Amino acid sequence: MRETKYWTWHMAAGVVIFLLLGLHMLVMHLGGWTHLFAPFGGEAVSRDNSLFRDGKLFFTATYILLLGVALYHGLYGLRTILFELTLKPAAEKAVTFILLVGGLGLFGLGTWAAIVVHAAAAAARG
Amino acid sequence: MADSNKTVRDVKFHVTRYNPETDAAPYVKTYTVPVREGMTVLDGLHYIKENLDGSLAWRFSCRMGICGSCGMLLNGRPTLACNTQILHIAETQLTVGPLPNFDIIRDLVPDLMSMFEKHRSLKPYVVRADEAEVNDPAGEFYQTPEQLEAYLQFTYCIKCGCCMAACPTLATDARYLGPMPLSAAQRYNQDTRDDGRPQRNQVTGSAHGAFRCHYAGECSRACPKGVDPAKAIQHLKRRLVLDYLRLARRKKACQKLHGPGQGQPPGNIPAAPPKTVTPSA
Amino acid sequence: MAQINRHDNRLGLWGWLGGGRWGIERYAYILHRLTGLGVLFYFLMHIVVTSLRAFGVYLWIEGGVFHQPIFRVGEFLVYAAFAYHAFNGIRLVLVELGFAVGAPIEPVYPYKTSLDVQRPLLIVMMILAAIFLAVGGYEAIGLAR
Repeated sequence: MRETKYWTWHMAAGVVIFLLLGLHMLVMHLGGWTHLFAPFGGEAVSRDNSLFRDGKLFFTATYILLLGVALYHGLYGLRTILFELTLKPAAEKAVTFILLVGGLGLFGLGTWAAIVVHAAAAAARG
Repeated sequence: MADSNKTVRDVKFHVTRYNPETDAAPYVKTYTVPVREGMTVLDGLHYIKENLDGSLAWRFSCRMGICGSCGMLLNGRPTLACNTQILHIAETQLTVGPLPNFDIIRDLVPDLMSMFEKHRSLKPYVVRADEAEVNDPAGEFYQTPEQLEAYLQFTYCIKCGCCMAACPTLATDARYLGPMPLSAAQRYNQDTRDDGRPQRNQVTGSAHGAFRCHYAGECSRACPKGVDPAKAIQHLKRRLVLDYLRLARRKKACQKLHGPGQGQPPGNIPAAPPKTVTPSA
Repeated sequence: MAQINRHDNRLGLWGWLGGGRWGIERYAYILHRLTGLGVLFYFLMHIVVTSLRAFGVYLWIEGGVFHQPIFRVGEFLVYAAFAYHAFNGIRLVLVELGFAVGAPIEPVYPYKTSLDVQRPLLIVMMILAAIFLAVGGYEAIGLAR
């Protein structure tokens, strides 16, 4: 039943990503056009626009949420594909371990960066 | 009416041959078969065996899509040789191979044991807590037509293995349970007489269980009996998820032992003869 | 009993891509895998690259390494992959939870399968993905500025 648990959350994560990454894509790809969360004009991903979003708690919080959820969804999906190659049990264990450690490491890195930049941007704005 | 004895055209059969005692790997041998109207691929193989090459091996029994012995790969598509007419699928060329995703025993004979072992692991029978009632029934389990229809479609499976041959997951994952065993599990899970779902969930919800199905849909397309294994697996997954989230309606096995007649036999039926076998406990 | 040789006839990776007459859901399945792997590959790099902004390093803005046209094209491919993966993924969630495959029926030849039942959903999702992609494409080629 453990795999049922993982897969249930894999699907639930997919729905969360659909919403959050959909918003992310609209902001990043269409922000230069719509100026949605990109008040400084030019490209949505310019340094000023990035810092504007980083200073907002909503974005920092959703970045961290999206980071965790997407890492789970993506790495579990990769694990699924790898497990369908008839690996030896030891290799399956190794894959799980590597993806878990790698995923947690990237989650830690991304979360740290989001918080540091949020603090700096919020402080700069006063 | 068409003359069924008249040859319509010659069709070249490209048949996979493999003799485990002499061949390192399968190879393809070509035979020319004069095809009459209404001739099935199975008839064509019989023609080859009787007239061209007596060493060709394949498995068949009923010749009418009931036994599930003659599943083969015809023009790249897994199906039954007995209910496929040559003229429906071939102009002049026809490739005939053994079902993929199984070991080849010889020529067109696949080893279906891997499928049957997975099937067995899913307890494909009515499992009940009240074993005494199963061994020594006091009456009948009453089931409504609607309750029957919830699983009837999945009972038509003839275990031919065509779905297993079509499944992309099984192409790489030897341990994946596969469409046929999983739809059999769903057939019993849906049966109101059955208590075995928690036991089956342990297997169907495992790492190589139902969640390795990604709905490529080939099993349902290949099934020669319209069993629609892909549908069974999606319903199975739904129930697994609901069971995990504890959202499933609590399903108790059917306790009602008598039908509309409340267990009273009609008067004109003679008494049953005495039992000759005592079921072991 | 003597050991009988067997020839392993598993199709291997070719079985993911071929092996049978393909149906549209088979293409959807393999494309879902490929786009998933593509987006994941981008995402893992994206985490590292964007985390560098904590050190004030912005590699993707004007003058940065990732501002070159080749990466812009690559980013649009990721956008396209996401559009497909997301909308097809919603279909898969609905299908795998048994919402879009229909109830068991009496199989009568010619057989109608759950594939036919969920096909309208597939078509609607692909249209939505195409609209999402078209809007992104409209912006990407600069028409919106």
